[in-house]
Amino acid sequence: MKLSITNSSKQTIFLFLCMGAALLFVGFFQSWNLMLAILNLCLISAIMALGVNLQWGYAGLFNAGIMGFAALGGVAAMLVSKSPIAGAWQAGGMGVLLGLVVLIITGILVYLIWTRYAHKGRVRFWYVVIIAVAGYVFSRYFLDPAILRIEAFEPSSSGYLGGAGLPVLFSWIIGGILAASVAFFIGKITLGLRSDYLAIATLGISEIVIFIFKNEDWLTRGVKNVTGIPRPVPYEIDLQSTLWFQDTTQLIGLDLIQTSSIFVKLCYTGLFLSVLLALLWLCQRALNSPWGRMMRAIRDNETAASAMGKNVTSSHLQIFVIGSAIVGIAGAMLVTLDGQFNPSVYHPLRFTFLIWVMVIVGGSGNNFGAILGGFIVWFFWIEAETIGNMLVYILTLPLAEGSAIKNHFINTAPQLRLLIMGLVLLLFLRFSPRGLIPERTPHK
Amino acid sequence: MQKSDKHFWEVDFAMIDVANAITLLANYIIVPSLAYGSQLALGALGITLVYAVLRFSNFAHGEMMSFGTMIAILMVWLFQSIGISIAPLPTALIALPFSIITTIFLLLILDKFVFRYYQSQRVQPVTFMIVSVGVMFFLAGFIRFIIGTSKKNFADGERFIIKASEFKQMTGLAEGLSIRTTQAITVIATLILVTAIFWFLNKTRMGKSMRAFSDNEDLALLSGIKPERVIIVTWMLVGALAAVAGTLYGLDKGYKPFVYLQLVLPIFAAAIVGGVGNPIGAVIGGYVIAFSEAFITFAYKRFLTYLLPDEWAPDGLVQLLSTEYKFAVSFVLLVIVLLVRPTGLFRGKTL
Repeated sequence: MKLSITNSSKQTIFLFLCMGAALLFVGFFQSWNLMLAILNLCLISAIMALGVNLQWGYAGLFNAGIMGFAALGGVAAMLVSKSPIAGAWQAGGMGVLLGLVVLIITGILVYLIWTRYAHKGRVRFWYVVIIAVAGYVFSRYFLDPAILRIEAFEPSSSGYLGGAGLPVLFSWIIGGILAASVAFFIGKITLGLRSDYLAIATLGISEIVIFIFKNEDWLTRGVKNVTGIPRPVPYEIDLQSTLWFQDTTQLIGLDLIQTSSIFVKLCYTGLFLSVLLALLWLCQRALNSPWGRMMRAIRDNETAASAMGKNVTSSHLQIFVIGSAIVGIAGAMLVTLDGQFNPSVYHPLRFTFLIWVMVIVGGSGNNFGAILGGFIVWFFWIEAETIGNMLVYILTLPLAEGSAIKNHFINTAPQLRLLIMGLVLLLFLRFSPRGLIPERTPHK
Repeated sequence: MQKSDKHFWEVDFAMIDVANAITLLANYIIVPSLAYGSQLALGALGITLVYAVLRFSNFAHGEMMSFGTMIAILMVWLFQSIGISIAPLPTALIALPFSIITTIFLLLILDKFVFRYYQSQRVQPVTFMIVSVGVMFFLAGFIRFIIGTSKKNFADGERFIIKASEFKQMTGLAEGLSIRTTQAITVIATLILVTAIFWFLNKTRMGKSMRAFSDNEDLALLSGIKPERVIIVTWMLVGALAAVAGTLYGLDKGYKPFVYLQLVLPIFAAAIVGGVGNPIGAVIGGYVIAFSEAFITFAYKRFLTYLLPDEWAPDGLVQLLSTEYKFAVSFVLLVIVLLVRPTGLFRGKTL
């Protein structure tokens, strides 16, 4: 096998080694547990960044709805793995299903009228409005009482329908599929829009998704959270009572509790890493295929590409769906890692714009860049707290100990991480807009 | 209940019921929506000006509003500590000029060190938008670092112009109508500011050059309009609008830095529904968004009970969407308008 190491791949390897060294530094000087916790989230961030890079780096689509797709993946993890609650299903399962069927039929009717009656002009709009409102009111006739009954069923412990009771690993695929199918509909209606309208529309839609998860208690328990999502890896407490594990730790001479927690985290790392590598392999294949070249051609010159007979709209839809599916997978993984689904954690700064910073800092259009960006930005997102605290400590040195202003700034110091992220993004956009590992252009 | 033998359309219509129903609507929909709509209108006007002259969607506008509000709050605290007040009116009104000046100053600094470079490079709008995301992050961090994340109420002075109980006594109706001082101030300030902006855009030389620049940049340059001056004046107008809109919103609903990030979406919705780049559209769009949020999430049970004959009185709340979805209404409206009529109600694009 011939290995040709070019300058740019040398740089890539060097940057990844630096990242590894930074993680090892945390491991040696802070703690291995913390290091693995950061690493696991770095891996998930890298997968999300890979999805965004697909959309932005390959196709130039500004999707500001990352948060919504991550939440869809998360909800899939919850719905797949939790066991169904028979009582709640009995109380209102039928009503909810009927209501949803009515809604779906209404949607299909609206779509059919909208596409078939284009020649009717303004009348079409009012037909659609009347049918949509009527269908909605009719579905509420089934939904309302059913939802009330479901939410009244043991509200302190359940109050929702529960899930399917399948293994949680299965949900990563389901999360991807769910995000992809929602992305298909969103893409269908928004991809015709101009770039900045697309951003605003997707941002709005992702907020709606979160609103639904927060308020439809029968489905997600709303802000009451679903905890105790089953794990794909062993529990620390079980490990500690397992004989072989006790023996091994004793043999090496490690602390049992510490080691069990590190072992669990390492299991997650293995799972996440294999997903990342598989997706990276697929993305690289896609990037270097004719399909990938077509995407970049469309990105660079839409008019020319469509003059060459490439279907711009359908290509955009494809990549929008695929990228969103990857984000959905990452969202499901995140909820699996956390072991709980809480719709109020989804916040656009953390789940949409931070991922964007990752892609731009890493290098849009380059998968390795996106992954590196995911690692670096997440690492600094966590460590910025330490940096912020230090900065505040130095800045407030001249102030008297215990003064109100000093205490105030010590309390608000964690917010500096937002400021630092903004500064990093602005500096990169200005001085290195192609990112740390720039896109490789075939013609030099 | 005794069944009347009249037909339902022959029910004698009591005027008092109609008056009650109208008061109910005024209290829960018209007054709050007028105030909220004014705040949205001012915000949307700022976004639309940036879009028309600088040609990008400014995601940082919410944080710019938040910055203005923060300055106003700090000034209010300062005035309160040295005992300056304008008794029945909130102190924030005399803090407002300081907030406007500081916000304008901030935007000019941002223009000089951040936006100007991309202007000269003539980058694509989407790059500009990402730059504004960077500014949003930066400002969000800065504001939260300075003032913290907790909720702050800085409205002082007289709370109400009309209290619900006073109104009931005055008119003898069963429904009360209350108007808060902050709501009245919001509407009046919006009226003044919007009139001033329109006068500026239509009557002054600078306003006319702004419109020309927005309509056709190259042609404007050819006819001797200096782009730097147009851009600086635009940022000054945007700064003033953002500071006033933010302060009025904070005064009315309490200041919470987190909310201003969420507020960007209804504001964008207002600007786009009205037709982005069109100032009249932005103002109307603000009210359209505010009123539709209120009308769609209002529970009509009591309203209908007044108007309909007794035996028709509804059992449920008669509510299209529950109140939690208030914010979502504006997003849905936004998406619908983008799909059905992307240019907005008032054909947008240029000033």
